[in-house]
Amino acid sequence: MEYSKKVLDHFMNPRNMGEIEDATATGTVGNPICGDIMKMYLKIEDNVIVDAKFKTFGCGSAIATSSMATELIIGKTTDEALVLTNRAVADALDGLPPVKMHCSVLAEQAVKKALYDYYQREGLMTPERKEMFKILEEDES
Amino acid sequence: MNDQLEQRLKEAENMPRVYFDHAATTAPHPEVLDVVTRMLNHVFGNPSSFYKEGHKASYMLEDARSKIASLLDVRSDEIFFTSCGTESDNWALKGMALSSASKGRHIITSKIEHHAVLHTAEALEKQGYDVTYLDVDRFGLINPDDVEKAIRQDTILVSIMTANNEIGTVEPIREIGSVCRKHGLPFHSDGVQALGAIPIRPRELNCDMMSFSGHKLYAPKGVGILYKRKGLRLANFMDGGAQEHGRRGGTENVAYAAGFAKALELAYEALESEAKRQMRLRDRLIDGIIQRVPHTKLNGHPTKRLPNNVNVSFEFIEGESILLLLDALGFSCSSGSACTSSSLDPSHVLLAIGMPPEVAHGSLRVTLGRSSTDEEVDRFLEVIPLVVERLRVMSPLWEDYQQGRLASLIPEEGGKDVTILGGYGLS
Ligand code: FES
Repeated sequence: MEYSKKVLDHFMNPRNMGEIEDATATGTVGNPICGDIMKMYLKIEDNVIVDAKFKTFGCGSAIATSSMATELIIGKTTDEALVLTNRAVADALDGLPPVKMHCSVLAEQAVKKALYDYYQREGLMTPERKEMFKILEEDES
Repeated sequence: MNDQLEQRLKEAENMPRVYFDHAATTAPHPEVLDVVTRMLNHVFGNPSSFYKEGHKASYMLEDARSKIASLLDVRSDEIFFTSCGTESDNWALKGMALSSASKGRHIITSKIEHHAVLHTAEALEKQGYDVTYLDVDRFGLINPDDVEKAIRQDTILVSIMTANNEIGTVEPIREIGSVCRKHGLPFHSDGVQALGAIPIRPRELNCDMMSFSGHKLYAPKGVGILYKRKGLRLANFMDGGAQEHGRRGGTENVAYAAGFAKALELAYEALESEAKRQMRLRDRLIDGIIQRVPHTKLNGHPTKRLPNNVNVSFEFIEGESILLLLDALGFSCSSGSACTSSSLDPSHVLLAIGMPPEVAHGSLRVTLGRSSTDEEVDRFLEVIPLVVERLRVMSPLWEDYQQGRLASLIPEEGGKDVTILGGYGLS
């Protein structure tokens, strides 16, 4: 099994690693498959994600996908971030080995969990938005 | 701290790599390579053929067999060449299951065996055999009394490894063998990881069968041995021609058999001095790592341990990411983390010694060899705190621990034990 150059780059030089002290929303998810944990911090202003940071306890792929996910959502509106898929994260990293695809699911879930927290708290949850959070239930069962 | 790591990463590009995974495989010894290539060049005949080339090959094969037999202090006709350690294990278990099926269908083994034994036992279970997988203590030791208690009327075989490949624990197989003797039961031991590292003489160890593999002791991959005590009935595994006294079909790999003999000769010549030398390096590593990195524990037994094996768990971080950073720093090591296994399960050995999956996650195995030096150990001890620190800074669990939301399972000063056995109770 070998990682792409991009995965290794994001693993060796993770972008946006750390905490946001005054985060607007956070999401922590655990990976039921291998037992890893990812925490996402979002700073949201006027429905725009102005900053995102992560912490991850997991493999190289889990760290790289967290890093890439933050890059993909910073500057986006929350609704734009909501449609981010694990595929898109994996593709942005030039692909992942098949056994490592589940780590990218963790990244998608962490972003969604934080957004869920945000929409709920701000009273912005709509039935359409709620649809988008199905992935959180699916994999936690 | 991070600058130091960056510095090290840059330096590593121009430094020789450090191979610290000798339990996975070893590079063939030059003298072994020499024997093998000479054989391939000059002895191509089929040992079964009736002309000069065949005789020569047959002579070389028997020469290799008798050299190995004398080093192991057994008879030549008790040594059978196979293709690898896995084949030897399969043969011992399946062969015995087949030839003793009329006597009974119960086999005793342990939870920490190599997959070559475990998965063979599971395959036999599917065929209607009954297998007892013995527990081990927190150091990975099997208690000979437990073996005795597990013996039943219909038990046909006991198979316990000589030393564990992951945590290096050396099992009391002589005692287990004598329990088996007392009950008239055949005893097989997977000696793959032990041969060449500690003195092995199957008779002294009360073993009726032992499996070995060439590539763990500086011979090439693709050659193994099954020792089988004369007179012990064992069904064939590989049917075919009359090779290996009609017990293992297939044209013999004369060159590799000779290579194995050479490798064993070299290993036994230097056994004591090499074991002493590696034990000193091993203990430098163990003590050094635990001193330098807080919340680190030793896995396996502190003294009943293979001379070349170091296995530690770093709390709050994951093993694959440790390996990736170490690789970038020039070190080849291995881990029992779920993320490094293709099945995504944590190592069965680490779970069997009672380790919470979270702690199994952060395990690192370093296995030394003949090429290992003090300089390599120094270099490793300098970088390992940087690697762990880097990953802990990234870990949400470390943050939780530092902010008092999570208790640590391994005390700060490290040691041999996990203090909270249940794990963090996450997920
Ligand atoms: S997080 Fe465990 S395999 Fe990637």
